[in-house]
Amino acid sequence: MRKFQMAMGITLGFILLSQVFALPAFAQDGGPTDDDVNAIARELYCPVCENIPLDVCPTQACEQWRATIREKLVLGWSDDQIKDYFVDQYGPRVLAEPPAEGFNALVYILPPVLFVIGALILFMVMRAWKVEPPAPKSKGVSVESDDPYIAQLEQELRQRDE
Amino acid sequence: MEIIDNSTAENNEESPGKTSRPKWGVVLVWLFVLGLLAVLGIGLVRSQRGSIKVGDRVPDLVLTTFEGDEIDFADLHGQIIVVNFWASWCKPCEQEAVELEQAYQLYKDQGVVFLGVDYVDTETEARGYLAKFGVTYPNGPDLGTRISQAFRTLGVPETYIIGPDGRLAAVKIGPYLSLDEIVNQIETVMAEQK
Amino acid sequence: MIANIGYYVLVLTFLASLYGAGAAAYGALKNKPEFVESGRYAMLLTGPLLTVASAAIIWLLATGHYEIGFVASVTSNSMPTYLKVTALWGGQEGSLVFWAWLMAAFTSAASLRKWDRDREMLPWFIMVTMITLAFFLSLVVFFENPFARLWLSADGQQVTAMLQPTGAVPLNPPDGRGLNPLLRHPGMIIHPPALYLGFVAYVIPYAFAMAALITRRSDDRWIRITRRWTLVAWIFLSLGLILGGRWAYDVLGWGGYWGWDPVEIAALLPWLAGTAFLHSVMVQEKKGMLKHWNVVLIILTYALVLFGTFLSRSGVLSSVHAFAKSAIGPMFFVFIGGTFIVSLSLLINRWEMLKGENFLTSVFSREALFLLNNFLFMGILVVSFWGVIFPLISELITGQKITVGPPFYERANGPLGLGLLILMAIAPLSAYASTTWKTIGRALWKPALVTLLVPLTLYFVGIRNPIALLGYTAAALVAFVTLYEFWRGVMARHRQHGENLPLALWRLVGRNRRRYGGYIIHLGVVLMAFGIIGIEVYQTETQATLSRGEQVTLGRYVMTYDDISVFDTNDGRNVARAVVSVYQDGKFVDELYPRKDYYYDSQQAVTIPGTRSMLADDFYVILVGLDPDSRSDATFKVYHNPLVNFIWIGGIVFSLGTIVAVWVSSGRRRANKTSSATRSTRT
Repeated sequence: MRKFQMAMGITLGFILLSQVFALPAFAQDGGPTDDDVNAIARELYCPVCENIPLDVCPTQACEQWRATIREKLVLGWSDDQIKDYFVDQYGPRVLAEPPAEGFNALVYILPPVLFVIGALILFMVMRAWKVEPPAPKSKGVSVESDDPYIAQLEQELRQRDE
Repeated sequence: MEIIDNSTAENNEESPGKTSRPKWGVVLVWLFVLGLLAVLGIGLVRSQRGSIKVGDRVPDLVLTTFEGDEIDFADLHGQIIVVNFWASWCKPCEQEAVELEQAYQLYKDQGVVFLGVDYVDTETEARGYLAKFGVTYPNGPDLGTRISQAFRTLGVPETYIIGPDGRLAAVKIGPYLSLDEIVNQIETVMAEQK
Repeated sequence: MIANIGYYVLVLTFLASLYGAGAAAYGALKNKPEFVESGRYAMLLTGPLLTVASAAIIWLLATGHYEIGFVASVTSNSMPTYLKVTALWGGQEGSLVFWAWLMAAFTSAASLRKWDRDREMLPWFIMVTMITLAFFLSLVVFFENPFARLWLSADGQQVTAMLQPTGAVPLNPPDGRGLNPLLRHPGMIIHPPALYLGFVAYVIPYAFAMAALITRRSDDRWIRITRRWTLVAWIFLSLGLILGGRWAYDVLGWGGYWGWDPVEIAALLPWLAGTAFLHSVMVQEKKGMLKHWNVVLIILTYALVLFGTFLSRSGVLSSVHAFAKSAIGPMFFVFIGGTFIVSLSLLINRWEMLKGENFLTSVFSREALFLLNNFLFMGILVVSFWGVIFPLISELITGQKITVGPPFYERANGPLGLGLLILMAIAPLSAYASTTWKTIGRALWKPALVTLLVPLTLYFVGIRNPIALLGYTAAALVAFVTLYEFWRGVMARHRQHGENLPLALWRLVGRNRRRYGGYIIHLGVVLMAFGIIGIEVYQTETQATLSRGEQVTLGRYVMTYDDISVFDTNDGRNVARAVVSVYQDGKFVDELYPRKDYYYDSQQAVTIPGTRSMLADDFYVILVGLDPDSRSDATFKVYHNPLVNFIWIGGIVFSLGTIVAVWVSSGRRRANKTSSATRSTRT
């Protein structure tokens, strides 16, 4: 969902750019806007704080990292280059998710595998427990009403009122 | 998931006709619980043990300086290495920056190497910091926080003095309060090594 | 003086809980009821004793006794009294006492019930709860003592200790460091206690389940006894989570309410297991199925409560919520390890005893759909658990810290959540035992037809996002099915008893509070889903640095920056407060005051958003920073958060539903008096 937000953020950035309103000094020469910087910062984590995305981290250090993103954008770096730079500098913990390589691929592999195993077991359990419904009995209940819910409800209400 | 899987599997065994429950299920559940406890336990030990202790062997590390030179700790064996962790956003670091440079000037010809490791910082600010305090000994970013993780630092500033034998000889957590304090610590290490 | 009394009361309570556990177990093993009874009295004593200890801490906090280390670390002169009092749970020491207090109150209350039918379970219930209580008390008695005083030791170090260390002089600072500013919020009054109440209350069903296992009672007595406790625990846990979201939205200043932070997830995990439990116990009560599974679930829920508490308090995890690193980690580790191993051993040992009659007549039957519901809840639980624990494993193997953040959880839990929504729409239409796809279809087609209008309308008005379309369709289906259920019930009563519609509705809900309370909870979930999808998919934001008089545009909104003032308050803050005007479609609609408060005592800043909150959307402005040179140019971050208020409205509906479900129904009270036989007929 972050992806959608980002896409919208960027589109909005362009729309805003085309309108006449005050932007930071930088933006007036066509440089990166705060929104461009935040779009990348949002996908990174503050390297020293704990679990705070870089775009919302209020500390001075984070301010500087956002300035670094801006510098790199001015140099024409792509999003991925900037992210790689952050990983080189501060380690993989700055990424919102670890890259799916080596041992860390396991974080993505295990849940679907377990899901499939779980679904299989659920299926087997349900099959093993399956018995044929006692057909005539259920017919008997539905004589009263063709709607089993109402039948059940009415039956319950009757029992209650007794 | 193991817990669940197993138990539903166990329930499975209750259906008419089957009575024995699979041993592997019990084994799997125990493996899972004990494995989880092991992970938590090791995590706990790691979070509690603090930085490396005096006398521990310092792993071989490489510092890439802001100038692009690579300094390999392995090449410095036989010398005393003073490793100072700092960052431009760290206010207490500024207290000791000038004194560290002074100490470097005192000892640079006596077989003592000073290295500054810039812990998660931005290059522009870091260079500004070095210029502001006139730091001339080699400094470089802690790429991927590998060096600080090797020392298991808890924050900045911290200073680690490695003896000529490659073992940690002295530690200072927090800023040095005076040049004398640095000198004393280095002198002590030099005396011990002789 | 007060501190000494408080501390000795804590020690006394600790001894009382140890004695209670020992006496009860001894009495049960040697068949000496007088020991069990004496253990029960010890247990009843813990509640009042801990009330005294907590009152002592509160008094010390409120009156500013800064010679006490804990008081100095969480309060300061400038804090208002209500915050000084609630600072009880603002730090490790106090919150552990608070936790123990709640647990003692709950267990004492539970032990007051009539035990006639369950005599043999009582000693084991006492043992389990009192060992748990003794553990928490041991943490405060030996490690995190809230009554420890500050001393200046001979070598000039500040230390905290209960007794005067040799050569140390007492320290009595004139002011404290103050509470973490993020916690100085009215939400702080209720969020942590609600969460703790939820956590703590789960010890009761857990203790009953353990007692049932130990005494080899294979019936569902423990479930029936603890049904209300489980619901109470669950509602407090739910409330705690929702209030936490609200607090984050109001205080943390990132325009969101849930960040998939490890400690947030640690609180969500027991909720997931507990919610699965709430559903699956109904199958056991109704059909006698899933006996094993329910014991597994309650153990899992309680284990996750302990696991979450351990994670957030031991310093193992890095998180914004984590308490400072402390000495209690190893103790805690031993306790949770012991609890896990003992519970599991007992469960495996008694496995055969729990054999139930498990059979399914139809995959569309209520019990089969409950199985599917449990499967999906477990899916979310596994994903979330894995995301929390994986960084620890990865660091062990690769030696590098990594982050597992929101994209991971959203990608995996989104579809599972959607599955739960769909299930929530179908399951209420199914009956136990004999449902076929035909009966489901017959009940479903009318609401489904109405539901079809929703995606069509949405598509027509220009909503193309597949997540929004799918999510809203599923949510609408749940809403229509649930309302249709109410309608059918009301009409049935109306026809049968000739009641007018409001009366029929009142009686319908009153006669089956659990089912209809559950439906109201479902409607609350629908409203929350409505809000969550709205903000997650359609949140927009922009950031700009403005001079006075300049403006920034976000969608249909324009915000102008009018003024800023920076001033000191008399409660120790430096406030930078901006004045901005909000225009919607060119019309002035509101004036907002986003601020940044800097707290001198704790040297931390808190960003307080200015929010224009409407039913349809929130316009949410954060003052990011003030240019230090001009002192007037300011950077603002502006969020447009559509539908976010439905999350809170949904939360209220959700809570009301739980209250309905938990309320002692008049019918039930009568049934209890006459005989308990009719109870088995309830759904």
